[in-house]
Amino acid sequence: MPTTTSAPDDFFTAKIKRGDNIEPRDPMPEEYRRHLIRQISQHAHSEIIGMQPEGNWITRAPSLRAKMILLAKIQDEGGHGLYLYSAAETLGVGREEMIEQLQTGKARYSSVFNYPALTWADIGAIGWLVDGAAIVNQVMLQRTSYGPYARAMVRICKEESFHQRQGYEIMAKMAAGTPEQRDMAQDALNRWWAPALMMFGPPDAESLHSKKAFLWKIKRESNDALRQKFIDKTVQQAEVIGLKIPDPELRLNAETGHYETSPLNWEEFHRVIDGYGPCNRQRLEHHRRVHEEGAWVREAAAAYAGKFN
Amino acid sequence: MDTQLALWEVFVQSKPGQPYKHAGSVHASDKQMALQNARDVYTRRGEASGLWVVRAADIAASDLADSDMFFEPANDKIYRHPTFYEIPAGAKNI
Amino acid sequence: MTKQDALFQYCLRLGDDALILGHRLAELCSRGPFLEEDLAQTNIALDLTGRAQLYFQYAADLEGRGQTADGLVYRRPERQIYNHLLCEQPNTDFAYVIARQLLFSAFDRFLLEDLCTSKDERLVEIAAKALKETRYHLAHASDWVYRLGLGTGESHRRMQQALNDLWPYTGELFEIDDVGLHLLEAGIAADLHTIRALWTPEIRQMLQKAGFEQPADDYMHTGGLKGIHSEHLGHMLSEMQYLVRAYPEATW
Repeated sequence: MPTTTSAPDDFFTAKIKRGDNIEPRDPMPEEYRRHLIRQISQHAHSEIIGMQPEGNWITRAPSLRAKMILLAKIQDEGGHGLYLYSAAETLGVGREEMIEQLQTGKARYSSVFNYPALTWADIGAIGWLVDGAAIVNQVMLQRTSYGPYARAMVRICKEESFHQRQGYEIMAKMAAGTPEQRDMAQDALNRWWAPALMMFGPPDAESLHSKKAFLWKIKRESNDALRQKFIDKTVQQAEVIGLKIPDPELRLNAETGHYETSPLNWEEFHRVIDGYGPCNRQRLEHHRRVHEEGAWVREAAAAYAGKFN
Repeated sequence: MDTQLALWEVFVQSKPGQPYKHAGSVHASDKQMALQNARDVYTRRGEASGLWVVRAADIAASDLADSDMFFEPANDKIYRHPTFYEIPAGAKNI
Repeated sequence: MTKQDALFQYCLRLGDDALILGHRLAELCSRGPFLEEDLAQTNIALDLTGRAQLYFQYAADLEGRGQTADGLVYRRPERQIYNHLLCEQPNTDFAYVIARQLLFSAFDRFLLEDLCTSKDERLVEIAAKALKETRYHLAHASDWVYRLGLGTGESHRRMQQALNDLWPYTGELFEIDDVGLHLLEAGIAADLHTIRALWTPEIRQMLQKAGFEQPADDYMHTGGLKGIHSEHLGHMLSEMQYLVRAYPEATW
């Protein structure tokens, strides 16, 4: 069981300072532990809820190849949610509890999954933009200070490398396809661009949890720095396939070498996080329904194990 | 209280002859299910030749508070390492 | 009927079973009773969809004329789809999913074992690969049969219901028509009489050990071999084929 007393604070501080990983049985400040549980479970919930918008298109995938890729990708997301729940469980919180927190709205998940996947091009856009943004964030988290979280991220990054590529491939194919396909691709980019940029969280100036997270080396780069990294890469990729980034103010700053973009609508971000996005209710309802429908199966398995093991 | 079934730790052998390495954990109600779940969760990319699962509750782990008495006494036994010994110049290694 | 025609038809049937059951299982993604089982069902769906592709690719090659596996999947109408009706039955609850998988995988295992000795090399190749997957599907399903049968009163009741409801779709698995006969004589197709003699006691014993009553062998549904289905199939196809039919000029 993890140690939750903050007594040997020096041990913790020294480890963090040296850049060593904190391990489950190490002493750690209660606040560090709580911060991690919040962040890791939120990350896990995002993977799990993120299965839904893409899952919406599995039965309509337009080729056997596309269907298998999409299935494998969504399955990976389930797997990644599972790795993350495992990492959080090393901190002394059970999966039951985390699920309950998600379903009662106490725990959050990434706001981006509250937007609907309307056309097949959205599957491309989600892979390209949403997974692209996730990768930028996750690459940083491979060096996060909590060992089980860092190790889960290493595994996740390795597995996710195909996710962004498959999305970009769909977009490239559609952008080079019939006029209707091209329109669909552009429309999907238009709708997913801003939500994807918001995945990095509020601007550094407003970021609520950042300060301590830096100190503890949970977070290693700022929201805005990560967002900029993503923008620079993605704008270039959009150009290659001939799609237009939906931002009239987008321009390359020759001095910095970075792209500058319009301010994002953070009111919308907070509104969606607070439960008022296009699909919030349906995402949680789906999760609750599946969870309730599965209860008798879990009970049967547990009962069987009780009798025969 | 809802059940998500028991927690099992998963160890994967990546190739025959290699040691089993801790990969993560799964939930399962019994051994067969734990093995199958470990297979579906941790070997989706053909990265395994063997799997162990063990109930997390059955693992005994060393206590951090005991680290001093457990591990430190081994630190000064440098004569257990080959570099402790001086070999006459020119002699070949076995 | 030439041997080539019969073989083409046979590949379509094998492919359609894998395609349609795989599609049903794909519908379960993000709907598992717990996360690990969600991933397990998706794995089975992936195995079956991959296998369907191999059967259809073979069928497409047999037909010639530049046909593709996707062409056979996404442009064939309802009446030219030949899966067994069992495969298209809906995911009513987890018990139905497991019952369907058990009844089908147990059948498929014997079928594939038989096809491993077929005189047709390409079928042997596909069957050898598929057999390994199917043995796992069967193991997974049968473990659940015991858990559900001996777990709780509710799990037992639900599973018995699922078995009773799906049983009338099992007779069709062993139907033989001209295509089958033709290929059986040529040493290509599996011998369904033998398979039935293996399947029946295996299932009976398992159900008995798991505490279930053997469902009654009265009315049996039929029609898959002729492309006559339950009403479920049309809805599955209308989703599956929607994009390809809505944008016939497009490639994806």
